[in-house]
Amino acid sequence: MASAANFRTCPDTGLKVDRTAEALIKANAVVAVVFLAVGGLFGVLVAMTRWPAVHLLDADMFYLVLTAHGADVLLFWILFFEVAILYFASAILLNSRLATPKFAWLAFIMMVVGAVMANVAVLQGDSTVMFTSYVPMKAEPHFYLGLIIFAVGALIALFVFFATLVVAKNEKTYEGSVPLVTFGAITAAIIAVFTIASGAVILIPTWLWSMGFIANIDTLLYKIIWWGMGHSSQQINVAAHVAVWYCIAAMVLGAKPLSEKVSRTAFLLYILFLQLASAHHLLVEPGVSSEWKIFNTSYAMYLAVLGSMIHGLSVPGAIEAAQRRRGFTHGIFEWLRKAPWGNPAFSGMFMSLVMFGFLGGISGVVMGTEQINLIIHNTLYVPGHFHATVVAGTTLTFMAVTYLVVPLIFRREIILPGMAKWQPYIFGIGVAGISLFMMGAGTLGVARRHWDITFTDAIMSVEVPGTAFLMMGLNGISALLAGVGGAMYVVIVVGSVLFGKRRDEAVAKANPIIFDGGAAVANYGSEEQVKVPGTIVLVAIFFTAFVLYYFVNWKFLSEVWPLS
Amino acid sequence: MALQSPEQRIWWNEPLTKVEVTWITISFVWGLIMFFAMIYWHLTGEQNLSNETYQITPDRFAERTEAMADQYTVREEGDTGIPVVHPPPGSDIYMLGRLWEWWPVLELELDKEYRLHLASVDWQHGFSLQPTNINLQVHPGYEMVVTMRPNELGQFDVVCNEFCGVGHHTMVGRIYVVEPSAEPVSSGEPAASDAAGEN
Repeated sequence: MASAANFRTCPDTGLKVDRTAEALIKANAVVAVVFLAVGGLFGVLVAMTRWPAVHLLDADMFYLVLTAHGADVLLFWILFFEVAILYFASAILLNSRLATPKFAWLAFIMMVVGAVMANVAVLQGDSTVMFTSYVPMKAEPHFYLGLIIFAVGALIALFVFFATLVVAKNEKTYEGSVPLVTFGAITAAIIAVFTIASGAVILIPTWLWSMGFIANIDTLLYKIIWWGMGHSSQQINVAAHVAVWYCIAAMVLGAKPLSEKVSRTAFLLYILFLQLASAHHLLVEPGVSSEWKIFNTSYAMYLAVLGSMIHGLSVPGAIEAAQRRRGFTHGIFEWLRKAPWGNPAFSGMFMSLVMFGFLGGISGVVMGTEQINLIIHNTLYVPGHFHATVVAGTTLTFMAVTYLVVPLIFRREIILPGMAKWQPYIFGIGVAGISLFMMGAGTLGVARRHWDITFTDAIMSVEVPGTAFLMMGLNGISALLAGVGGAMYVVIVVGSVLFGKRRDEAVAKANPIIFDGGAAVANYGSEEQVKVPGTIVLVAIFFTAFVLYYFVNWKFLSEVWPLS
Repeated sequence: MALQSPEQRIWWNEPLTKVEVTWITISFVWGLIMFFAMIYWHLTGEQNLSNETYQITPDRFAERTEAMADQYTVREEGDTGIPVVHPPPGSDIYMLGRLWEWWPVLELELDKEYRLHLASVDWQHGFSLQPTNINLQVHPGYEMVVTMRPNELGQFDVVCNEFCGVGHHTMVGRIYVVEPSAEPVSSGEPAASDAAGEN
């Protein structure tokens, strides 16, 4: 029982920390960063090839590296980090022991084996099928098997998380409801179960097909179910990184949610509606009806978008309320001007919030409109959109929280603090550029996953507007900037974990990183009494941009060839 | 804080503030507007996909495409050997995707309607008409039918925007839009195709 677990007391927060949970968080986070480094490097190579003036890799290598880039950063980096977050949000935040640590280690080993196997398959060169591996394009059997082993490992980790919630409840390690951050993590985990089930339903038959045991996989069926995994896995990210936004705001500023009820309802909307988004990838497909497309692409009347729009008010609102309580009450924006912009955990989190909303959120809803998708599907606009959601949203958030995880869990001080201060800005600006310039190129018709927009080897010439070449060049420069930011992150994190000054009690006292010492927060809960005029202005700007951009795209659509 | 359990155990009874109620209402209504906009466009807009799809074997689709080309080829595209096909307005026209070309080249008349049939005979491809930027996904085994009315003159390129192997970036095709020919080739009515329905 509980006595079997080995706890330490955290000098920063006063929380009881299960050492096994801590070791697992470390292991998963370290492997995550390795995959980020590898996958990020592949990403830079992709952008350097798509920059027409550089055109770095040959075609075979380009498609191979692009396949590996997708798997390593979209799947492996993010899921390893999310497992670390789940263990943190359960065992650590609830003062509990981690349930079934042996299974947690088994999950970790399976995930590592699966991820390495898939990478080996791709790098061997006969599994260049892109992250989506649309049939009837065939990869080697161990490509699918690697993904399956990885997914089963992740599923076991999810059950360890759920079991830990049960243990904490039974052993009464907390009172009342679980904290909001844990609630967000539960949301992510529930979506993850659906995601992995979809993956199993389609990847296992595809694996058998690749070995010749099944004759045929229907291409349309494959896509519908595959995206039940592929898109839903990005919804895990959304739930997880929104939970981390609340977590960072709470740790750095002592921010309380404006309303527990509102924030939790928003997460509940994610659970109920986010998974319908498989349809986003099927809006210009044959064989799927308009009724199906409209209902699913809109998450049943945009109810999951409603969830995100609610977080878009309550996250900055919580920050504003906390800042005003500290005395930054002048004018509308003093709270924002005097926010801790030199703290990479905060600056990364806030940039992520803004870019996820303005770039990722708006573009996602617009391109997910059934008819507007006609002028966007499979152009570079699509990667432009998801680099705003997944890289600016999820990756930048995870980077930001690392600046808290290293001192709190690894018990090391961050080395090179001057560099750490700049890291989120350099990475963030780079990603904003990648996202905007790819969207721009996509609007001009540039295809995604395409080696050569000059079409030199094609039998007929294709004219591509000069602006598209400019966009691809600017995208390359932005990718270099993001690559520098990513490399800085890896250097700081690895350096801190290996060589950072040990954070013992004296250091923790001299250099507190948790607002109010955490343990001293006796009065927590909702904060509805504080006025948040700055947040209202921000939200109004967001909404105006959203509405304008939405109707501009209907205008663009109305000008293309009539179709019926 | 978001890191601890809610202060009030009965947190779900907290009253909402005016700001929250207003924002949730605006967001919800905006969601409804965006939802009904898609339905509205189906009723009044000019850019909608039909829901007309047939299952078809690759061989059968290739046969039909070749039959159209045999009947209506007017010339060859440069020295590529690819036929340029000028089918009558209102007729059923075919373009097939295969590794790595869109075949054949089509020549269409301005402001005339055509029932375009699209399918792949091998892997998935992406029909991407440039520079107008219309993008459709093309599957093997499924024949998509969409009525199309070219509304601008000139040369249009079709590129592939679904990854289809190492030659993906060489997969191109072409559609010309020309002034309508002097003598009416057919009634101009969109023919209720007899060919399409029987797949």
